[in-house]
Amino acid sequence: MTQEQDIRRHTIALLVENKPGVMARIAGLFSSKDYNIHSLSVGETMDPSVSRMTIVTSGHPLVLEQIVKQLRRLIDVIKVVDLTATGEKFVDREMVLLKVNAKGEARAEAMRITDIFRGKIVDVSPETFVIEITGDEGKIQAAIELLKPCGIRELVRTGKVAVMRGPKSLKLA
Amino acid sequence: MAKLKGYQIFWECLLKEGVDLIFGYPGGAVINLYDEMVNYPQIRHILTRHEQGAIHAADGYARSTGRPGVAIVTSGPGATNTVTGIATAYMDSSPLVVFTGQVPTALIGNDAFQEADIVGITRPCTKHNFLVKSTQELARIIREAFYIATTGRPGPVLVDMPKDVIVGEAEFEYPEKVHIRGYHPSTRGHPQQVRKAAQLIAKAKRPLIYAGGGIIISSAHKELRGLAELTHTPVSLTLMGLGGFPGDHPLFLGMLGMHGTYVANMAITHCDLIIAIGARFDDRVTGKLDAFAPKARDERAGGLGIVHVDVDPTSISKNVEVNVPIVGDAKNILSQMLEVLKTMDVDWEGQHSGWLAQLKEWDSQHPLQYSYSEKVIKPQYVIEKLYEVTQGEAIVTTEVGQNQMWAALFYRYKRPRQFITSGGLGTMGFGFPAAIGAQLGNPDALVIDIAGDGSFQMNIQELATVVQYNIPVKVVILNNGYLGMVRQWQELFFDRKYSQTDISVQPDFVKVAEAYGIKGYRLEDPKDVEPLLKSLVKMKEAVIVDVVVDREECVFPMVPAGAAVSNMLLDKPTTEKNGEELKRLLPLNFPS
Repeated sequence: MTQEQDIRRHTIALLVENKPGVMARIAGLFSSKDYNIHSLSVGETMDPSVSRMTIVTSGHPLVLEQIVKQLRRLIDVIKVVDLTATGEKFVDREMVLLKVNAKGEARAEAMRITDIFRGKIVDVSPETFVIEITGDEGKIQAAIELLKPCGIRELVRTGKVAVMRGPKSLKLA
Repeated sequence: MAKLKGYQIFWECLLKEGVDLIFGYPGGAVINLYDEMVNYPQIRHILTRHEQGAIHAADGYARSTGRPGVAIVTSGPGATNTVTGIATAYMDSSPLVVFTGQVPTALIGNDAFQEADIVGITRPCTKHNFLVKSTQELARIIREAFYIATTGRPGPVLVDMPKDVIVGEAEFEYPEKVHIRGYHPSTRGHPQQVRKAAQLIAKAKRPLIYAGGGIIISSAHKELRGLAELTHTPVSLTLMGLGGFPGDHPLFLGMLGMHGTYVANMAITHCDLIIAIGARFDDRVTGKLDAFAPKARDERAGGLGIVHVDVDPTSISKNVEVNVPIVGDAKNILSQMLEVLKTMDVDWEGQHSGWLAQLKEWDSQHPLQYSYSEKVIKPQYVIEKLYEVTQGEAIVTTEVGQNQMWAALFYRYKRPRQFITSGGLGTMGFGFPAAIGAQLGNPDALVIDIAGDGSFQMNIQELATVVQYNIPVKVVILNNGYLGMVRQWQELFFDRKYSQTDISVQPDFVKVAEAYGIKGYRLEDPKDVEPLLKSLVKMKEAVIVDVVVDREECVFPMVPAGAAVSNMLLDKPTTEKNGEELKRLLPLNFPS
């Protein structure tokens, strides 16, 4: 009962081996243990043998603790930091690409909203715009809400990436 | 540096790892390995009759010796047949290295003949697995596989080798050291945590040690005994922990949990401190979680909580929140703890005498018992007599179900690695091949598989293996013609509706033995049991004893699934009132 009530959302940063099958191990862990996964993004680091992953998940504090431990247990996972749990401040960003209707009144409205969110129109056609907006979750969500009346034909989100503020950083050892 | 073929590198690596025994089954993808094997007479290969048998045998070898079990099978069905065995080893933290053949790298993903994505299939049931991409990396991967399988919390590791990797060529260099940047198992406990634990132990009035398979894996049995004896603390073991503390020790309460003893389950319910060591609070141990160890977990009532020693951080606070977690190897941590405890000025005996007296009283109220019959053989009687005639010295493997629980309760294990059973996964068909592995790892020991008629038939084909290699295991079948444990549930909780559990249509096991060229006996009269078992332990060859037992005997005590462990059924409900009582015990989410 208490487990259902106290659900928190955490952002976890990982350094993992950059080799085939690692994503499958991590995705498999989340599915086999029935953990939530809100977003997952991954990319190479300065060291091409290492990838950095950002996972946004949610659960009871005990479950979140388990998630971190279970991730650490994977041999191909080199380092895990629950950014939310550290209490340190961190910057997180997500990018969204939206294909919106851009005919008639919607054309000017879409441009205005893009401007307000300091987004970019990266593709233009007589009928549509492709808009790129970067920001934290709240900003992305707000932009989507405001663009809805224009008519969103397609929406792609990258998932969150995050990094700690200040000089602290996630290192291999 | 000399260039070697992949199949040569493979065997060279096994030699470097000190492997002298492997289990396997050949096929197309590994035929070159088998071809090369004849040049490595130092390594003995046991050809089982099914790949599942090979894995369980390797597992039995590993559990009985503490050394990694090694198996080799071909691609596709050879590989998929290992999955149950691998999952069995994974659940019980048994070190295995399983080598599978694979179709050539160029054909992977092509639905080639005998292709299966065994790395994908076994990802959730191995500690780690590898697909070897080039002959170059074969030696390093084999080195890492053995290292990962045997260190930290041990477990099975699978190495998938495509045929072109096996026949390819590379310079052979066996890495001296292993460096895996994402794998650093901790060994010693944090001194501050150890001190904290010691302080709680010194404070406790009603402490209980709850120890599991970790004691056996880390060979911490002497330290465990030291801790119990120094502090006058009673010990209860999990199924996997049996043998980790002497079964006849005055501080031993028996197994706890679903089929635990009355005194052990009362102890965990009433203790004020749990010292959990190498155990993982499995649902079969805790029963209903909310009602588990209520006194220890209630701080307001003076509960001191739970100290948990485990090498695997994920085992800690997984099911039950722990107050003092200590991550590391049980043997190290217990000796650290003993050092601290020895410096403390505590009258252990005086402090715990009331508690020990209470436990004694509970035990005498409801000791482990069964009713003997002169007409029909009681399965418990068979185990009791086996214990007597073997003087408690045999290595016992079990199948899964009633036979397993009776073997756990009525045979008292003296030392680690003496009781070998599939605890976590509960794999029927495990015991017989595991006995083969245990016998090969302990050639001079008396190895007995305590079997059920259902389980034994699940890997009965390994009789040929036993005959081919003269492996003198003894199979004692407690034959009730039922899938006994399921039938027991049906009797108790499903109005005796024995749906699909009657397996009395079965082979004549004596004739089966004879068909394979070994001896078989059938026992039907209680008075024949002891004399036959006495001669059995002296026989130098494999034997099957088919013991026809009371068909409807049940395992007691029993905690209904999902109920609190203090709610034990101690006998069959014989009256209406008992039946009502039973219904009251059953939780809503039953069965689970």
